[in-house]
Amino acid sequence: MLTAKIYVTLKPGVLDAQGDTVKSALETLGFRGVGDVRIGKFLVIRLDGHAREQAAAQVEEMCRRLLANPVIEDYSFELEEAGR
Amino acid sequence: MKFGIVVFPGSWSQQDFYHVIVNVLKEEACYLWHKEADLQGADCVILPGGFAHGDYLRTGAIARFSPVMKEVARFAERGGLVLGSCNGFQILTEAGLLAGALLRNDCMHYRCTWVHLRVESQKTPFTSAMTRGQVVRMPISHGEGRYYIDEAALKQLVENDQIVFRYCDEGGELTKEANPNGSLDHIAGVCNERRNVLGLMPHPERAAEAILGSEDGRAMFASILDTFARA
Repeated sequence: MLTAKIYVTLKPGVLDAQGDTVKSALETLGFRGVGDVRIGKFLVIRLDGHAREQAAAQVEEMCRRLLANPVIEDYSFELEEAGR
Repeated sequence: MKFGIVVFPGSWSQQDFYHVIVNVLKEEACYLWHKEADLQGADCVILPGGFAHGDYLRTGAIARFSPVMKEVARFAERGGLVLGSCNGFQILTEAGLLAGALLRNDCMHYRCTWVHLRVESQKTPFTSAMTRGQVVRMPISHGEGRYYIDEAALKQLVENDQIVFRYCDEGGELTKEANPNGSLDHIAGVCNERRNVLGLMPHPERAAEAILGSEDGRAMFASILDTFARA
């Protein structure tokens, strides 16, 4: 059994209003040297009965068709043996 | 003329559209439940505002896979008129029927207020009764209306005259204060290249009667009816 860990983030050039708000909150709290803050999504999907290669192809398609919007977002993922 | 108003779980502007079409304009309207792959012979399809499927994942991301959306895409491909307002605009971009995407407002607030819009193109079936440069007043009500598109695609939009509305001040100037959500290039509404699909964040259906504070939205309905009558 495999687990896909998927990261969806706004493309570098896209203004991240949430990230900017968190950055100023961190600065208000006194944290110094806070650079850009970018907020994204983290998805964990358990995949039953797939070989690794097949699972990778499927997750790739999931990202492309639904999980990320290619106009504004980038995605990446890793596959792990479930239970780890 | 018959309008089909698509209803998703979480839509909320469908009754406002229905009211304007049936009670104000005296035309025909029906609701199209998102699970039905049938447009019931509608001459114009409306995607209303709201929070289809709770806006889960991204606004419009789940709604675009509803059975009705395949029919809406086919209808648009045949040249049928499709109008999306607010969440409807978000769904149309997610479905790839319109270019760009709508992001979280730059102010991080949900904005529920009146805005001024400059009509940038009257060459659409939805704005033919308006004049280029005309300033109209309509309400907005959204948390994710910041229009974004990459530079190359923006150039295309400009070249093809696909930017239909821009946020402006009362005098028609594109000031920073008049842009309620940080939209790129003040964009409030765009159409597709064929000009039969239009999306905008403001609500024309909430500005179609004087008692509600503005009748400016009515010109959009008048444009649609006029286009249909000529066809």
